Amino acid sequence: MSEPPTAGWKVDESRGHDHAGVHVGFGSGEVVARFEVRRQRALDADGSPVGDDVDEPREVLQALYRGMVRARTLDARAVALQRTGRLGTYASCLGQEAVGVGAASAMEPDDVLVPSFREHAAQLWRGVTPLEFLLYWGGDERGSDFAVPRGDFPICLPIASHAPHAVGVGLAMRLRGEPRVAVCVLGDGATSKGDFAEAVNAAGAMSAHVLFLVVDNGWAISLPRARQTAAGTLAQKAIAAGIPGVQVDGNDVIAVRRVVLQALEGIRQGQGPALVEALTYRLADHTTADDARRYRDDAQVRAAWGREPVHRLRAFLAARGWWSDADEAAVLSACRDEVDGAAQEYLDTPAQPPEAMFDHLVARPSASLTAQREAVGGEGNDA
Amino acid sequence: MPEFTMVDAVGAALAHEMARDPRVVVLGEDVGAVGGVFRATDGLLERFGPDRVIDTPLAEGLIAGMAIGMAAEGLRPVAEIQFTGFLMPALDQLANHASRLRNRTRGRLTCPMVLRSPCSGGIGALEHHSESPEAMLAHVPGLSVVVPSTPADAYRLLLAAIRDPDPVVVLEPTVLYRATREEFDDDGVDAPLGRAVLRRMGDRLTLVGWGSVMPALIASADELALEGVLADVLDMRSVAPLDREALLESVGRTGRCVIVHEAPLTAGFGAEIAAILADRGVWSLLAPIRRVCGYDTVMPLARLERSYIPDAERVLHASREVLSYS
Ligand SMILES: Cc1ncc(C[n+]2csc(CCOP(=O)(O)OP(=O)(O)O)c2C)c(N)n1
Ligand SMILES: [Mg+2]
Repeated sequence: MSEPPTAGWKVDESRGHDHAGVHVGFGSGEVVARFEVRRQRALDADGSPVGDDVDEPREVLQALYRGMVRARTLDARAVALQRTGRLGTYASCLGQEAVGVGAASAMEPDDVLVPSFREHAAQLWRGVTPLEFLLYWGGDERGSDFAVPRGDFPICLPIASHAPHAVGVGLAMRLRGEPRVAVCVLGDGATSKGDFAEAVNAAGAMSAHVLFLVVDNGWAISLPRARQTAAGTLAQKAIAAGIPGVQVDGNDVIAVRRVVLQALEGIRQGQGPALVEALTYRLADHTTADDARRYRDDAQVRAAWGREPVHRLRAFLAARGWWSDADEAAVLSACRDEVDGAAQEYLDTPAQPPEAMFDHLVARPSASLTAQREAVGGEGNDA
Repeated sequence: MPEFTMVDAVGAALAHEMARDPRVVVLGEDVGAVGGVFRATDGLLERFGPDRVIDTPLAEGLIAGMAIGMAAEGLRPVAEIQFTGFLMPALDQLANHASRLRNRTRGRLTCPMVLRSPCSGGIGALEHHSESPEAMLAHVPGLSVVVPSTPADAYRLLLAAIRDPDPVVVLEPTVLYRATREEFDDDGVDAPLGRAVLRRMGDRLTLVGWGSVMPALIASADELALEGVLADVLDMRSVAPLDREALLESVGRTGRCVIVHEAPLTAGFGAEIAAILADRGVWSLLAPIRRVCGYDTVMPLARLERSYIPDAERVLHASREVLSYS
């Protein structure tokens, strides 16, 4: 399944360019550390298997496919709702569905997802409902009160600030001797923040039950990956912290699932944390408030469409005889019906009353808060 | 005379000062090709090149900290933090270093840096994109904190901030970025920091505020004027330094004061203003001081934002209450 080692120095200019220039030290010294980073994939861009045979059962693969189509359908609806003034600013996950679905499908229900803000596909797979999702992006706090993944963290907008949370969650799991794992998802941009470096380091030092899933989608708003860091891979940042780091083709849902499954198994057994860097591409604008044509070439986007994950898995399934046009039509219409229903329910859900802003602030509100809560419906002045 | 929105005015001030002073550099996330997420730095990269318009990796502590180093080394960095919600990692650098470098080195090293950040709510933005942290920043000794409410002020106060020998944070209300256009000359004239300005002149009441709430204050004063009650509307423009004289002068004339800010009530900057009035203006007060502020809650998401942000209705209610004391 694995290809030859690919990283080290200067292997992928579009991603990074480790400076190998300045010679530091005298003489030749002795080698005390080496590293290599492997990239894994199961299917090529056309959906043909590379390396080992694909032996995942048909039902599993079909479920992965449905999960990606479901996420894409909801994503497209969210963009449409925003465009027509019925949803707030929205960050599309178009093109990144395989990372979310692959990783979430490898998790157990009692694992904890600690997501950034573009992991819709993973959240949906874990049981966040389309209605909850639309409520959150529509500006309603109830959208983060998940009925199903009760232990999952809400979306995190302040980049990388959730990485330490995942270490805390994973440390609690380790301290209690539980075979559970916290899965922290963050972007290429997030790896530049101190929080990320602190979290990866601490996870290693304290053997927290954490998997870091770095979604390298090529961009952090307008900053291309190659200008985010000189590091040739993001996975090597884990190696610097003393934990394993591996790359996976993030548009290959089978490979993502395999790599994450395997990593989670090791972490559950107490072998320490790990980091998976998933290489994918943000096919959409950064958010609906962004216009990516200001900073990136259409040609790059067109080329990336040739590697996108949904088509890839469908081609594989079809070649195996496991997917027909009728299957496709059925999935599309089921997803559309579900999303239609959720969108209507979202639009029909009235805003919370103003007092709601006080209702979950603290468990024991002070007298002043109570007075403010009473005033908010009326003239609103308390002081 | 050219017309500017507030966001154009910010860009014009940056361009003016970069052209005038080669030490000025702009840095931050997405300030280059995309021109900033609000387009405040639009066109600067083309005009001044990548050595003076620097896209940084994604790290706010780094941006503030690097600006400190650049300033100490003789540059005039103007850093952008994309939203005030993301300013928190920079607080370490501002509170522990930027504001102290001069003091710690007895004036040997200084920190003439500017940190700009779009602030406050009112545009239905995402979570963490609508905070108003002026009081938190004003509590850091050695830091100036400026909050413009008009295009011309955004231009002139930003120039003053860049020319200031010490660190200045400029909070730019996103709701005002494109709210109005104003005519003024791009003449490079700054407005001194720490001077309030009267937006309306009256005699019965002083409405005090800054930044995002100023339109609500002006609307309230205009409404009261229809009823024959003339109010001072005092735009503080800068909370640190604070123009105490203007405040005491106005309330000395009117005897009544309503303080308005969008940040939460408790320990908000209005508390400082009320304390100054209680301390030095108490003999001219004819009525209790009232504050109309954000609630002591998390800034709600878009659907409840309107219920949180002080509006003219709440300002008028407090004003009438204060006016009822004769
Ligand atoms: C601390 C912080 N700084 C800035 C922002 C504004 N911002 C939102 S997303 C983003 C880029 C994130 O890039 P990456 O981590 O690669 O995630 P992606 O958007 O590609 O999913 C930035 C700068 C933020 N949300 N949080
Ligand atoms: Mg990215």
